Amino acid sequence: MESRKNELKDSIINTLKEIAYPLIAILISFIAGGILVYSFGKSPVVAYTALIKGSFGDWNKFGETLVTVTPLILTGLSIAFGFKCNLFNIGAEGQFIMGAVAAAWAGWAFTGLPAILHVTLTLLVGAAVGGLWASIIGWLKAKIGSHEVINGIMLNYIALHMSNYIVMTLLNEPQKAYSVAIADTAKLWRFSQAFSQFKHSRMNTGIIIALVVALAVYYLLNKTVRGYEIRAVGFNPDAAEYGGINVKKNIILAMLISGLFAGLAGAIMTTGVQYRVNSLFGFTGYGLDGISVALVGNNHPIGVILSAFLFGILQKGGPQMQIQGIPKEVVGIIQGIIILFVASNLVRVIVENIKQKKELKKTALKEGVE
Amino acid sequence: MPAVIEMKGIGKSFPGIRANDNINFTVEHGEIHVLLGENGAGKSTLMNILYGLYQPDEGEIYVKGKPVKISNPNIAISHGIGMVHQHFMLVQPFTVTENIILGNEPRKGTALDLDKAKKDVEEISKKYELKVDSRAIVRDISVGMQQRVEILKTLYRGAEILILDEPTAVLTPQEIEELGIILKSLVKQGKSIILITHKLKEVMSMSDRVTIVRRGKVIDTLKTKDTNIDELAEKMVGRKVSLTVEKKEANVGNPILEIKNLKVLDNRKLEAVKGVDLQVHCGEILGIAGVDGNGQNELVQAITGLSKAKSGEILVNGKDITNMTSKEVIDSGVGHIPEDRHKRGLILSYSLAENAILGSHNSKRFRKGMGLSYKKIREYCRKLIKEYDIRTPSEKVLAKSLSGGNQQKLIVAREIDRDPSLCIASQPTRGLDVGAIEFVHKKLIQLRDEGKGVLLVSLELDEVMDLSDRIAVMYDGKIVGILDAKDATEKRLGIMMAGGNVKNAE
Amino acid sequence: MEGVGILTVLSIVITASIRSATPLIFSSLGGCFSERSGVFNIALDGIMTIGAFSAVFFSFKTGSPWMGLFGAMLMGGLFGLLLAFLSIYFRANQVIVGTAINILAVSLTTFLLVEIWGRPGQTDNVEYFKAWGPFNLFTYLAFSMVIVVYYVMYKTPFGLRIRSVGEHPRAADTLGVNVYVIRYICVTISGILAGIGGASLSIGSLSLFREGMIAGKGFIALAALIFGKWNPIGAMLACLFFGFADALQTIAKDIPIPKEFLFALPYIMTMLAVSGFVGRSVGPAAGGIPYEKGEK
Repeated sequence: MESRKNELKDSIINTLKEIAYPLIAILISFIAGGILVYSFGKSPVVAYTALIKGSFGDWNKFGETLVTVTPLILTGLSIAFGFKCNLFNIGAEGQFIMGAVAAAWAGWAFTGLPAILHVTLTLLVGAAVGGLWASIIGWLKAKIGSHEVINGIMLNYIALHMSNYIVMTLLNEPQKAYSVAIADTAKLWRFSQAFSQFKHSRMNTGIIIALVVALAVYYLLNKTVRGYEIRAVGFNPDAAEYGGINVKKNIILAMLISGLFAGLAGAIMTTGVQYRVNSLFGFTGYGLDGISVALVGNNHPIGVILSAFLFGILQKGGPQMQIQGIPKEVVGIIQGIIILFVASNLVRVIVENIKQKKELKKTALKEGVE
Repeated sequence: MPAVIEMKGIGKSFPGIRANDNINFTVEHGEIHVLLGENGAGKSTLMNILYGLYQPDEGEIYVKGKPVKISNPNIAISHGIGMVHQHFMLVQPFTVTENIILGNEPRKGTALDLDKAKKDVEEISKKYELKVDSRAIVRDISVGMQQRVEILKTLYRGAEILILDEPTAVLTPQEIEELGIILKSLVKQGKSIILITHKLKEVMSMSDRVTIVRRGKVIDTLKTKDTNIDELAEKMVGRKVSLTVEKKEANVGNPILEIKNLKVLDNRKLEAVKGVDLQVHCGEILGIAGVDGNGQNELVQAITGLSKAKSGEILVNGKDITNMTSKEVIDSGVGHIPEDRHKRGLILSYSLAENAILGSHNSKRFRKGMGLSYKKIREYCRKLIKEYDIRTPSEKVLAKSLSGGNQQKLIVAREIDRDPSLCIASQPTRGLDVGAIEFVHKKLIQLRDEGKGVLLVSLELDEVMDLSDRIAVMYDGKIVGILDAKDATEKRLGIMMAGGNVKNAE
Repeated sequence: MEGVGILTVLSIVITASIRSATPLIFSSLGGCFSERSGVFNIALDGIMTIGAFSAVFFSFKTGSPWMGLFGAMLMGGLFGLLLAFLSIYFRANQVIVGTAINILAVSLTTFLLVEIWGRPGQTDNVEYFKAWGPFNLFTYLAFSMVIVVYYVMYKTPFGLRIRSVGEHPRAADTLGVNVYVIRYICVTISGILAGIGGASLSIGSLSLFREGMIAGKGFIALAALIFGKWNPIGAMLACLFFGFADALQTIAKDIPIPKEFLFALPYIMTMLAVSGFVGRSVGPAAGGIPYEKGEK
């Protein structure tokens, strides 16, 4: 007899199994990073304590860490969702940028609305533009078979230049290298407005939105027909087609949904943190970091949340490490090593090798198998 | 003269399978020796060891009396061993010549000497009477020529011992006869030949000796002239096998499937189905016989909505389903057991439960509010597992962990339980052991007895002849003839499969 | 445009196109080796970054641009080998591993930049390759490499084997061709060539390394390869085409088009090329699929 409790237990066990491999990879990478720090003559313990202090040392620092974690969760979800359909949404960076600038426009253009409506509208516009930007990639892949990685990267660069153009012309703050500011009614509520502990941080309700979205993704992927179809297309498009699933439609949809999350991340950055968009010299990095977050989170929504916190700590704790005399670029290298480990499935391969050898021994002893 | 090949005490394990267990196998000079066994018995593994693609865990190999260690194909080749694989190992965009010389290329300085290569190829082609076009691109040549190219590949490297793995799977009965002649001629020129097959008729007609392998062990080695088909079948399977299928008279009703002048293009935009007219009635099994590549796959794909038809009509129960999507075809009551269970039939990374609803995942019976009820889905799968005797620890395991036979059972269960009015079964028993084959055959006949229509497409002529009430032969994209089962002989079907005219040949 | 004749403008644009195409050609040829053997190399961009930085570093330490070139080849080859190792031995997803190397390349070069020159952004000037005639060494080298690669790929036994491994590795394996060794060699060569491509940007046209100087050229080179149907000569022509789009920026001020559009133009053209004109182009059949011996 199936019971509600059993199903919940199964979900938890499955989740744990899925995040086990990345956790081991992270452990190994931190050890490797520690060795690197030691080789510079500094103590790994000091380095890692500094990381924690720098990111969680006090309420303000905690708030600022969450400000960084929020977009990472969303771009991580964006890329993880794409991977569930076997699509590498490397274009998340461009969708982030387009979402941010679209939100700046919506936040500035629609005045006279009550705050609740204006904020919601602005966020929706940002997400939608991100979704549309991504669906270009999806459409090209579905209809023409064109590779989503190259198109994604190209659209990243195009988005960068397009955003700069808009910021310097249509939305320009005269004589400045940034856009006009959004109206107060479009701004996300900041925790500093009610809690004095967060007085010096920009922590806002974006983090709550991000966490809710993560749960929604889990439900969408694992408990709905749409999720079943998208994952089926990701695993085996031929079998999916055989099963009556419209492969092309699902590819475009998967990219669109993926783009919604990345666009939303950009919109939250505008409405919750920056309140405007700057002229960019280069990429923001949130899209690229989303790749790392998704990989380390094993493309699982809960894994993505944990992984986003990990990368948030690494990034925010960096300056504190600098104060202790350890170059903060070490963080970048630790990140790189983590990704390399996870990307190469190192842990999984080793574990499976061991499993296979054990199976082999077992069957060599038995005589003939059913 | 010592045996030209001797394999002693060969053992080989893979995770979960003891593929070869203490196998002794010898080949005498100038003989054609068959390795007979069911799918999965271990014959291909043994020959892959002989050819250096696998390393044995235990045992020794002797070539012409000398002990050898064959750690890769190059060494096997240097000992005069050549192998023609079941699935051709030909590089499609390369020419015949390039495929033959690959790995052993004649050179002129640092460059390839393609002129010498062409000359060499034409020389051995003439010597062994294996006609090929040295400049043709492999993608464009016939299956028969491809096989000759594969044989030439081994002879170009000086093979004295040829291993042929299931060489007749892609040939018409007449081409199988021709292959037999080629092999006898090669033997006359001093070669020794090992044939791997599961087809009893070919064993009797082509070989001098036969070694039967079952579940990784050698059961017996016999002189072909001292045995017969029934004995071989029994040794191959381990129990008495009824080689014919039990079925009652057909109770035929109205047409459930009507195809009118159907034309379908293949993926190279050439016509693969060139105007087919066909009808399947309720309560009958219509079998389509034919050599692979004559348009059967494209026909099935067009009917099931996986390919577009160029022109023509497909009607199911009177309803026009031409060019409808696969979903619409499924909803029209058509079940499909696909010919490639890994590519089409299952999502290997999904659980059995999730695979059980593939095709009906949209149905209300699996819903809970806005989403899916995995409780209901798993219940459904457990029902199928019980009714169709699928061997698995639970419905939660991934499909990839099941054996081929059980995977096929799940597909059959899923398609039949949906109660289709028309079932298309394409190579439904490919790669299955005898037990699973019997099961699938029983289920198809059950469908037919319940008044449904079954369209059976199979490359195994025996299967088509055993199960079908009527047999259509497909050649070059057209139906060249339809016979009632009682009028169908292998000879007649074989002639039609090769494009000949039955009337002239009688 | 008073006083500046059409011919002058044309010759400026053509030489600028050839110069812009040079780094693309090296990386595209590198991609040719890797992809023809069946391994996706999406890390060309990151390896170009490594190559550009290494060239400057080695030139800085030794005072010789030739050592810089050697350094770029060495480090490019090593990273190519790393990609090969992860893709072939660990059978990891090649696109993900390539992306990981791209990310690592940026962190690593930024880290070393700060460590060695004490500040982010760009390095000091180093010894570089001055031009011989209208172009520098790298351009002449690039076009010569096209011919060499064409010869190797289509006229030698090695090239035949590379192509067989990329189309049907099992067929090659059964004839004794070592699939793994060929792939290792090809991916390492692609790293070396991409490294040279990076060097051509740092010590060829300029004399320093600047963060972000590669600007996605590795991906454009990959697109050029696809556009040129995995053929070295086709790839070269495609690179010239993209070089042209890039070179239009040199006459930017004379055209009444927003400068951001011109910056975006090479990327837009890349998308059009890959999707519009090439569409579903068919690469080596075994591309991106790790080879496992003994798989049925």
